This record gives sequence, structure tokens and C-alpha cells, in this order.
Amino acid sequence: MGGIDPAVLIASLMAASVPILLAALGELVVEKAGVLNLGVEGMMIMGAIVGFMVTIHGESPVLGFVCGALGGAAISLVFAFLTQVLLANQVATGLALTLFGLGLSALLGQGYNGLKPVQTEAVPLGPLADIPFFGQVLFSHDWVVYFSIFMTALIWYVLKATRLGLIIRAVGESHEASHALGYKVNRIRLGAIMFGGAMAGMGGAYVSLVRVPQWVDGITSGAGWIALAIVVFASWKPWRALIGAYLFGGITVLQLNLQAAGSWIPVEYLSMSPYLITIVVLVIMSSGKGKASLNAPAALGQNFHASR
Amino acid sequence: MLRLEKRPNPSQFWLYGTPVVAVVLTMIFGGMLFAAMGTNPFEVIRTIFWDPIFGEFAFYLRGQLLVKAGPLILIAIGLALGFKAGIWNIGAEGQYIMGAICGAAVGLAVYPTESRWIFPVMVLAGALGGWAWAMIPAILKTRFNTNEILVSLMLVYVAQTILAKASTGFLKNPEGMGFPGSRNFSSYPAAANPELIAGSGIHWGVVTALVVALVAWGLLARHIIGFQINLSGQAPRAARFHGVNPNRLVVLCMGISGGLAGLAGLFEVTGPGGQISIDFNVGYGFTAIIVAFLGRLHPIVIILAGILMALTYVGGEMASTNMGLPSAAIQVFQGMLLFFLLGVDVLTNYRIRIRTGGK
Repeated sequence: MGGIDPAVLIASLMAASVPILLAALGELVVEKAGVLNLGVEGMMIMGAIVGFMVTIHGESPVLGFVCGALGGAAISLVFAFLTQVLLANQVATGLALTLFGLGLSALLGQGYNGLKPVQTEAVPLGPLADIPFFGQVLFSHDWVVYFSIFMTALIWYVLKATRLGLIIRAVGESHEASHALGYKVNRIRLGAIMFGGAMAGMGGAYVSLVRVPQWVDGITSGAGWIALAIVVFASWKPWRALIGAYLFGGITVLQLNLQAAGSWIPVEYLSMSPYLITIVVLVIMSSGKGKASLNAPAALGQNFHASR
Repeated sequence: MLRLEKRPNPSQFWLYGTPVVAVVLTMIFGGMLFAAMGTNPFEVIRTIFWDPIFGEFAFYLRGQLLVKAGPLILIAIGLALGFKAGIWNIGAEGQYIMGAICGAAVGLAVYPTESRWIFPVMVLAGALGGWAWAMIPAILKTRFNTNEILVSLMLVYVAQTILAKASTGFLKNPEGMGFPGSRNFSSYPAAANPELIAGSGIHWGVVTALVVALVAWGLLARHIIGFQINLSGQAPRAARFHGVNPNRLVVLCMGISGGLAGLAGLFEVTGPGGQISIDFNVGYGFTAIIVAFLGRLHPIVIILAGILMALTYVGGEMASTNMGLPSAAIQVFQGMLLFFLLGVDVLTNYRIRIRTGGK
């Protein structure tokens, strides 16, 4: 344990949690609008492959991230069409999205194995990065890390203090009432779903462009599902999603470090720890009359069909 | 302008018509996908859906069909019971792995003893293994109201790491010269699950799947538990007034689906799979979700759906060896099928009305 430098650990956990943070923030908005999209994993992996392909051909990681987000949003349209227009069951459609995304990404990713994308460099912040400890922790990251924190703040602000946020929350709490007020429930939800898809896609692109960085089938390995769990953990609050994501990022980094350092705990137990801890956290959050169950959007997972 | 109008009752015609429409639509759009990849779509579709049943090598492939359909049907029936009641066990893949590990461990523990009781005990252990793994999300759901979807799915990843540990550690073949993987069950007759009729592909798993389908059908159609399952899914409030204990139903449905998935895993690992290895699971637990929906959550229809899905596996393999179609294309094809199925299902509950003018 002595060999792990806390500054390096904190810096790397911030980077490690970017994919789940972005995906969780996107899903948070989707669920606030009353839609349960279980296809986060599928949207993430689509973003991962699209971002990777674009970066390989276009040599520009920024373009890769943008296209990764577009890829995630595009595939989320399928979910949106099925659930909002054809009123399909959201749970089943979300699962289908994940199965389909895993397959389609593997198909698109053929021939991309073993290639190296252009690296995403840290933002040059000059002397700030040289400050002892804080320089490494706060000022040595690439732009996506800062973007994810910015998005946390933005979503918090929009949901809390703007008219748009109020409408999104209203649609998620009671679609009947929102409809009666004249809001286009399904259109607002469509927008939220696409936003969630874009965020998940960008998170996925971060996995294939920065975290790994190469293409392997099934590269996201459950990150989308952990993001879903983080939304519950965060009880639908953006800043708590940030804390949750950093917590899981920390666990992931720590167990990887322990594996590398040759800890006495067997490798297998270390690599299953993020999943086990997710379960433990879910249990704690949902037990009793916890806040999580109280704060859940009331219309979560219910389809809306305007009969008149 | 097209408008949807809710039907007073679900259409009986479309209830079983939608899967057919979905399969046809998948063939059309899948064919376009195959064409985009530079293969002849008609030939690919024929290779997948026709050749395994009537083609040149059908005598062998028909058997393979049952080998693949067996576990799919077994798992899908369990899942369907839960889905009907609104209980979403999507971690069947993990229960499948744990069933296989538990059953295999029992068999390997007594190696090389020969007794006719070994296999039945292994089957029991396999079912128990899957059941126990499914009990984790079930108990957490009933005790702490934890979301069973997320927990059961997380446990798939945990089961996969345990499987890796099993095949390189505690179940590794001591005479395997260092290779990962357990002893092969085909060289241990007391614990093996061989073909019952040579060349037919029928092993104990297939037989069990058919029996389970009949029992499940009876349960749903005639037994009070089946009534409670249906009621809870369609009208949870009415179910509570009727006196249905939702927690009991969660434990029951999760337990049954877990046990059946465990059974499927055990039959696979002792039969067609042959041994515990890191990647013996090929995602049947997830494909079974598609099978359950394709079979309209009806046990007998699930048998047909399972065979159809097995066709995409067997035919897909043929298409990939003969025509170089990537195996991921089949995965996309299967995902597409589920999309179409869920989309077309709108016809079961809604009428499409054409309205001119006004709102």
C-alpha cells in the first residue's frame, strides 16, 4: 500500500470516472424526464466505436468525441422512436438497445483491433500544473475531465434554476399534468433521451480513446450499468452523481493499483470489487424509506399516450 | 394524420401475428445489412433459415439446432414467468455460469468414481447453484427494495470472474499440462451428458427443456400461481387486493428462472461444452431474453422461438464459414429482431387510425 502516491491516485481516479460520470449525468436527465433507458451500455459502446473510428481516420480526438456523442445520440433515437412513438415497454427496449449496440459495435469495429488512436493531451495550464500536489490533482487533466465537471454544474443549474429544467422535471413527475398544461410530453422526452445518448456516447468515446486506448469488443464492460446504478446512488442529483462516479473511479483505480502492486488479495476478487460495491451501495441507498425512493421521478418508466 | 387509438382489449390476432411480422421485417432489414456488407442477402438468409433444416448438411445441423435451442428454451421459460409478473431478472447469464460451476464442481470432486447417482446429483447442484445466485437479487429486492435489474446484471460480471478463477484455479484439470479449463466430461461417463440418440442432438437438457415447457404451460394456464403471476403483471393493485404476496412472487419467479438457467448451464458444460473453460458461456442468458419476448412469454410458443433463434446461431455460423459473414452481424440481426418485435407490438394494444383534418 505504501507505494501508491495519493496525488497520482486522485488524479487518475478523476480520469477513470469520466466515462461513468458523463453517462450517469445523461441518464439522470433522461430519468428526470420520466424515461428509464436501460440501454446506457449500448449507447456507450456505440459512442466508443464511432469516436474511435473517426479519430483513426480523422486524426482528431476532439472530432472523435463529438462524433462519439453523435453516435450515442443516433442510436438512442431508436429507443426514443420505439418508446415514445410506438409506446414499447421501456425496460425491454433498453435491454434491446444494449444487445443491439454490443453487436453493432463489434461489427463496425472489425479491422480496428490493435490500432492506436491519436492521444488526447492534457490541457496546458502552464505553471499551474507545477504546483505541488494540487498541480497534479487539479491541473494536469485533458479537456474531457474538465468538461465532465462543467456538465455536472450545468445540469445542476438547468434542472434547478431554469424554465427548461422545470419543464423536464414536470414531465417526469406527472405527464398527465404536463400534457394538460400544453407541453408536448413525448417531444420533451425525445430531447432528453437524445441528450442522454450523446452524453453516454461521449463517455464511451473516452473509454476507447483515453482509458484503454484501443478497440476491443465489449470494451465498456458494464460501465453503462454502473452509470445506471450511480443515478440511483445519487438520488437524481447531479453533484451526488459526481461524488458517486469519483467513488467508483477511486475503487477501480485502487483495485488496479493493488493488482499491479501484487497485493495479497487475489486478482479475481479485486476485479469483481467494483460490481460488488455497486450492489452494496444500491442496497444501502434503497433500503427502508431512504431518500432514493422518495426522490425518484414519479412517472419514471411509464409511457405516455395522449388519448385526447 | 396517423393516430394511435387504444384497443379496449389486446388483439388476439396481433398477439401472435406480431412475431411473424417482426421476423419478416428483420429478414428484410437484415438482408439490407448483409447486402451493405457485400454479401448476397438472399443467399445469406437462405443459409441461415433454410439450409440448417433442409440443406445439404441438415442431417448434422438439425441436431445442432436442438443443442442450441435447449438452453435457450430452458432459460427463456424461467425469464418469461418473471417478465409476466413484472420481475426483471436479466442476469440469467450469471446464473447459467454459476449453475455450471456448482454442478461441475460436484462431479469433479468425486472423480473418478463411477456411480449412476453422480449425474443426477450434479443436475441438482447445478439447479441449486443458479437458484442461489438468483436469490441474491431476489432477497435484496424483498428485504431492501433494491432494483433487481441492476443487481442481477452486476452479478453476471461477478460470475464471470468466478468462472475465470474456476477454470484457471480451483476446477483446473490437474492433468491438463497447465492449460486452463477443467477435466473434460466426455471422458468421465458417470458425469457426462451425452447425446441420447446418436446424431439427433438430443441430450438431457433438451428433454428437460421440453418437459419444463409443458409444466410451465400447465402452471400458467391452470394453477393458482400462474393466475397470480398474470394478475401481478397486468394489474398490480388488483393483485394486492386479491391477496397476492408480491415478495413471495419475486422469490418464486427469480428462484425458478435462476434454477432453470443453472440447469441449462450444467447440461451445457457436461454435454456440448464438455468442460469448464473461461469462455464456455456464449451469451445464451442474454439471447434468452429475446427468445422470451419472441415467444410472447408463452411456454409453448417459446419452444418455437427458441428453435428460430437457434437457427440464427447455427445458420449464422454456416454463413460465417461459407460466406465470410462476421459473427457480430448475427448479433446485430438478433438485436434487430427484438427491436422490431417490441415496435410491431404496438398493433396488439393499439389501432392505427387515419384522421383527416382537425386534431
